[in-house]
Amino acid sequence: MSELLPSALFYAFAGLALVFGFLCVANPLSRNPVTSAMFLVLTIVSLAGLYILLHAFFLAAIQILVYAGAVMVLFLFVIMLLNLEEEERRKIRGITLGLGALSVAVIAGILIRAVVAARPSAGTTPLVEGGIRNLGHTLFTLYLLPFEAMSLLLLVGMVGVILLSKKDLK
Amino acid sequence: MDAIYYLDPTTQFVLFSIVKIVVAFVITLTFVAYAVLAERKISAWIQDRVGPNRATPFFAQYLPVIGPALVRLGIFQPMADGLKFLLKEDFTPAYVRKVYFWLAPALTAIPAFMTIAVIPFGSTLGNPNNPMVIADLNVGILYSFGIVSLGVYGIVLAGYASNSKYPFLGGIRSSAQMISYEIAMGMSVVAVFMVIGDLNLSKVVEYQGANILHWMAWKQPLAFFIFLVSAFAETNRLPFDLPESESELVGGYHTEYSSMKFALFFLGEYANMIAASAMMVTLFFGGWAYPWGGGAAQGFLGGVGHIVCFLVKMLVLMGVFIWVRWMFPRFRYDQLMDLGWRRFIPLALVNILVTALVLAALND
Repeated sequence: MSELLPSALFYAFAGLALVFGFLCVANPLSRNPVTSAMFLVLTIVSLAGLYILLHAFFLAAIQILVYAGAVMVLFLFVIMLLNLEEEERRKIRGITLGLGALSVAVIAGILIRAVVAARPSAGTTPLVEGGIRNLGHTLFTLYLLPFEAMSLLLLVGMVGVILLSKKDLK
Repeated sequence: MDAIYYLDPTTQFVLFSIVKIVVAFVITLTFVAYAVLAERKISAWIQDRVGPNRATPFFAQYLPVIGPALVRLGIFQPMADGLKFLLKEDFTPAYVRKVYFWLAPALTAIPAFMTIAVIPFGSTLGNPNNPMVIADLNVGILYSFGIVSLGVYGIVLAGYASNSKYPFLGGIRSSAQMISYEIAMGMSVVAVFMVIGDLNLSKVVEYQGANILHWMAWKQPLAFFIFLVSAFAETNRLPFDLPESESELVGGYHTEYSSMKFALFFLGEYANMIAASAMMVTLFFGGWAYPWGGGAAQGFLGGVGHIVCFLVKMLVLMGVFIWVRWMFPRFRYDQLMDLGWRRFIPLALVNILVTALVLAALND
């Protein structure tokens, strides 16, 4: 029972993530951008389920809070404001489909290489386990430089947005 | 009754959890119904009116003295309201986007109830292995913020699905408003958790348990104030009820809804109010702990006492919610955004900085 449940849940969440992800990009029933966005939300929620199975509760909560709760709401906000009616009628061209397939293949290749190189096995010990205290400690000691660089990058992005949204610069 | 202790721990846990979920759900629904009545009665008193005093079921006339008194207090009004919501015609306009139109009310009501899962509403009922919280998560507060952030979808989709002007404007306004105030709200509680050093809400209650002087409201008054005002914005209540401001948007996002679908939006709003009050009691007013302290309950009656203590604190805060609604006029939209982004977020950041400095000075 206790052995079976996690793997059953893993396959359930992984399957749901794949199905929702597919429906997000190639929904045969609807080409409405809002529907795609909502399926992306469901994909994100399924991924959060996978994180919980890995005991990464903090990551799961942040995944829901940031991606499902904030980023996707903004997506929806923009889609609703843009009124993408013609998006639903647009024909899919062969060349775009081909280029899309190519880029997916390249990214998949990189991912598979990375997974093979990392050789995950039952014997590997994770760097941090669960708790937020450990995660914060790792972020602020071992990964301090990348962490700070990332926050600087975000700051640059924010400043850029404010600059672009100003109509007249003084 | 003792037979339950012979079951294995997993079965016990599942049984206790189901009972807790059902009881918490029923109590919340009852509170929603009577919060609506309280709102109508208190608004009536504030405006020097009488409020609902006519709903009379057939059995009320057989009760001497008490019957008419209950009728005058409007105790039977929620039943009449509920019946009316159930029996009215559920009308779906022809021009709406059907799937989202049906989905939106449910998406508003469900997150409001899910938030309650992590709130410790009592210590124990005699069995120390069975704490009075449905899910004792170590990321408790982040879970509830995540769920609250999902609540905005119901309103946005209602605005989109209705496919008409006023609901659309209401939906757009609410998504901007809720995202803005979520940031202020999240930042205000960061300082609280820096002091406590744990995200688990049971630990938060434990920290404040000693007596009334240990309540977070005194240690982090600025955080409490920002949280309280953001909670008004997050629950879409006056003075920040711009998503549904009647005078300019008819009814905002729920203009096109009728009957039970409208009732679900209503339910969601009041359930959100209950969840926000419960969260504030837990974070800032010591949760289930008595003002004079006392620690976890020993027997069944002590446990019930703690739950009653929690509910009383929650009712006081809900009273504040209702009181504020009838005290202040509605903000203008630009004032709302100005307050959120240019006052509260910088203030919350300063609060975090000052808290960190004080903590560092104390630890040295």
